[in-house]
Amino acid sequence: MLGFNGLVGIALLYVAFLFGVAFAAERRAAQGRDGWLRSPWIYTLSLSIYCTAWTFYGAVGYAARSGLEYLTIYLGPSLVMLGWWWLLRKLVRVGRAQRITSIADLISSRFGKSTLLGVIVTLLAVVGVTPYIALQLQSIAQSLDVFAGPGDTAADGGSVALWSAIGLALFTILFGTRNLDANERHHGIVMAIAVEAVVKIGALLAVGIFVVWDLGGGPSAMLERIDASPIAAWEQSGGRWIGFTLLSAAALLCLPRMFQVLVVENADESHLGTASWAFPLYLLLMSLFVVPIAVMGLERLPDGSNPDMFVLTLPLAEGRDGLAAWAFLGGFSSAASMVMVATIALATMVSNHIVVPLWLHARAQGAVMSGDVRGMVLISRRLSILGVLGLGYLYFRLSGGGAALASIGLVAFVGVVQVLPAMLGGLFWRGATRNGAAAGLVIGFAVWLWSMFLPSVGDGTAIPAAVMTQGPFGLAWLRPQALFGAEGLDPVLHAALWSLVLNSMAFVAVSLASFPGPVERLQGAQFVGVFDHSGGPGGWARGAADAETLLVMAQRILGSAEAQAIFAGAAAAQGRDGALPDVTPEFIRALERELAGSVGAATAHAMIGQMTEGASVTVEELIAVADETAQIMEYSGRLEQKSAELERTAMALREANANLTALSVQKDGFLSQVSHELRTPMTSIRAFAEILREGGLAPDEQARFAAIIGDEAGRLTRLLDDLLDLAVLEAGQGRLDLRRVVLAEVLDRALAAALPDPGGLRLLRDRAAEAVEIETDPDRLAQVFINLIANARKYCDAAEPELRIVWRPEPGAVDFIDNGSGIPAEQGRVIFEKFSRLSDPGRAGGAGLGLAICREIMTRLGGAVRHLPGSEGTTFRVELPRNAAALAIDQPVAV
Amino acid sequence: MARRVLLIEDEPNIIEAVSFILSRDGWTVHTHSDGASAAERVRAHPPDLVILDAMLPGRSGYDILQELRDAEETRGIPVMMLTARGQARDRELALSLGATHFMTKPFSNAEVLDRVRALAGG
Repeated sequence: MLGFNGLVGIALLYVAFLFGVAFAAERRAAQGRDGWLRSPWIYTLSLSIYCTAWTFYGAVGYAARSGLEYLTIYLGPSLVMLGWWWLLRKLVRVGRAQRITSIADLISSRFGKSTLLGVIVTLLAVVGVTPYIALQLQSIAQSLDVFAGPGDTAADGGSVALWSAIGLALFTILFGTRNLDANERHHGIVMAIAVEAVVKIGALLAVGIFVVWDLGGGPSAMLERIDASPIAAWEQSGGRWIGFTLLSAAALLCLPRMFQVLVVENADESHLGTASWAFPLYLLLMSLFVVPIAVMGLERLPDGSNPDMFVLTLPLAEGRDGLAAWAFLGGFSSAASMVMVATIALATMVSNHIVVPLWLHARAQGAVMSGDVRGMVLISRRLSILGVLGLGYLYFRLSGGGAALASIGLVAFVGVVQVLPAMLGGLFWRGATRNGAAAGLVIGFAVWLWSMFLPSVGDGTAIPAAVMTQGPFGLAWLRPQALFGAEGLDPVLHAALWSLVLNSMAFVAVSLASFPGPVERLQGAQFVGVFDHSGGPGGWARGAADAETLLVMAQRILGSAEAQAIFAGAAAAQGRDGALPDVTPEFIRALERELAGSVGAATAHAMIGQMTEGASVTVEELIAVADETAQIMEYSGRLEQKSAELERTAMALREANANLTALSVQKDGFLSQVSHELRTPMTSIRAFAEILREGGLAPDEQARFAAIIGDEAGRLTRLLDDLLDLAVLEAGQGRLDLRRVVLAEVLDRALAAALPDPGGLRLLRDRAAEAVEIETDPDRLAQVFINLIANARKYCDAAEPELRIVWRPEPGAVDFIDNGSGIPAEQGRVIFEKFSRLSDPGRAGGAGLGLAICREIMTRLGGAVRHLPGSEGTTFRVELPRNAAALAIDQPVAV
Repeated sequence: MARRVLLIEDEPNIIEAVSFILSRDGWTVHTHSDGASAAERVRAHPPDLVILDAMLPGRSGYDILQELRDAEETRGIPVMMLTARGQARDRELALSLGATHFMTKPFSNAEVLDRVRALAGG
């Protein structure tokens, strides 16, 4: 009989074979010969990591214990693939367009690139998936144990699990962290998984055929045996069927490892089309012989045999060692591929959302070169892989590897499915907010911990038995498995129901109650409307730059040797003789990817954009550049204060952009003006930031340049404030706070704000006449007044400038009259347009948005602001709405 | 003798940045911020390279470029246009009027330096 040691030998050989497969795949990909690696079949096979050891071995055990209910675990994903491929397509499109690296990244990115959400989803995934990894380690140990004879002392489950964990960690580190870009595909791992997928389905089919034809006497005889077996007599619970089907469907979308293969490793969206029918077919084949194996196991093997191991023990008992070894490799494949991908997915999350931010925060004081950061990210990801597998092993040891692990698969499902409301809401509902997502996740997570995870660790282990039966502090409605008095429900359904219902309710309620920030709105629009922005970022329609210019730029970034090699390689691939290739869109895209590896995706895109299309750089890309500059400055530790300003500027730019996006109906001219107004200060900021980064300046120069950056950042901020204000007003957002106020007091406030020190401007007003009560939004009205007063101060060119403020009861208006040379009548209307300026920008100090804002405010308040031509000096009239004015006339008050 | 660059630009901070970058690289930088008199200035003291902002007070940079290209004595001076308006047609306009190179703000310092060396390095 095949012994323990023999089997370990086979396993090692198999691992060496997988190693070779992965290595060959990586080499082919590196040489660019990755054509068939990118086939839809490899993609479909890689999805098979859905079937872990839990499904490979456990499905038979499940069938032996609960009849056909095991089918739900296959049914859910099949329904998703067949019926919800449009949802998957959206997920894949968003993932690729936004360069999403994990499910935590997806949620974080959708809700305004929220750090908090990234951390929450990462923790949830680690807590949910760690037991699942432990389960795989256990299955490897258990299956080896089956082969161990009584004399095999080496068959210690703990050390098998430990060595498996170490081996898998090495394999994963070797093939999972070759590339820094987590968004890049792991060809080696995916190829190994595809091979494993074939091995495991082959194993299950072989055992099934052996059972049905060799042991069972053919299909019809087998059907009779099934009818006679206890499995046929199992009563199926409709609630559990529906519940488990939905749960496994949701798990396909939410499990971090499934997200990794479905979205991150996806090479081509069209592969989903093939997978949508081929993957359900794979699952069907996986489930085909489960019942026969279970029936035959119950019939032939001694009472008390572990049904989870029937796939192994049946062939073994019949003396079919070869078949048993194959089945073992199938189970081993299931476990290994799940562990590898789950570990990569978790390690990417842990590294990107927890380790790297912490490390950068801790190192913010010291100088960090960008190369340093790259090495550090790799180390962090490798350590995270070791950490995740270490946790899995620890859980395996602590839980004793016993019965507590049996239902871990479902426990993990319910845990990770907590991401579902935020994910679906994020993809389809623009109104979903970061706070809503955080509230839903935290509440769902807490309910799951309380009602499912902690009880699953073992009776009386994490939660005392008294609490289970009577509730904490005697609060019966908080009993973990009978929340709110819902007794008699299946514990899994109970936990899934309450956690998801409360999660969704919190998500929707808080989303409705909170207002999304501008970045959230921008991301929300991009996620929900991902199919509207066809092509996504990064498509270069034409190449206007010559290859030489591109080479100059590439050399500066990549170094001459590497840059020249890339260009020569591309030229050769195009079949050209020289060192320079034709500038095709494909070449530009490839070059951009190369550059992105060094300077970040956003900068690379902006640089290429400038080189190839001169002017195609969008405001978004500028923002990204500002962002990156801000990051570099922050981490460089120099000029921390200025970098904080830059960062705020970058954030403000984003906010402005969100609103600009909302205003996309606006004319070209407006955007081009905005672009001009944003780019001008950005030019100084970028130039001096680079100068400062190079160093070697005298202290006074350094201080002066930093001050310029500060000034220009301030200028940007003012512009952005104005733009945001305008956007909010024009979109009709923001509530009006209508109140009864005294006009004189509104004017007092405006004067105090606009003229804290009147300087040379003499003020003339009749405060007693202004003692009238009006109904309006005083803050908004004061804003209009402030703008008009500030304009008078800025533009009034009289030798002794003065400003008269006059309340006109009929028609209910406030006039602002200065004694300057006035505005030509033909310009009286133009000045209310955005970005109109009468004199040069240096003198005005604004972008020309003030009067446009005034006009919008007055329109919203129901009044108007006009320039009165022909009068002495410049006269602006603020007309209050009729009803507000009427009130004013009827009810004079004392001030 | 150091090569001369004339920077026609009205934003004080951009003038300071570009002057700093080029001076440090050994160039002699003259600056001029009024559009109306810019072409005259180029004629009076022809530099080795003109860096010309597209939006200037007094006169548009495109007008100035056209005048420089129309006049015999300034036709051969390389002109690098700068613009902060991100439109493809600005680039096309500048190149059709005879600009030697076109650069969108914001630019990287290395890019400016490379270009200046390439256009006037001789």
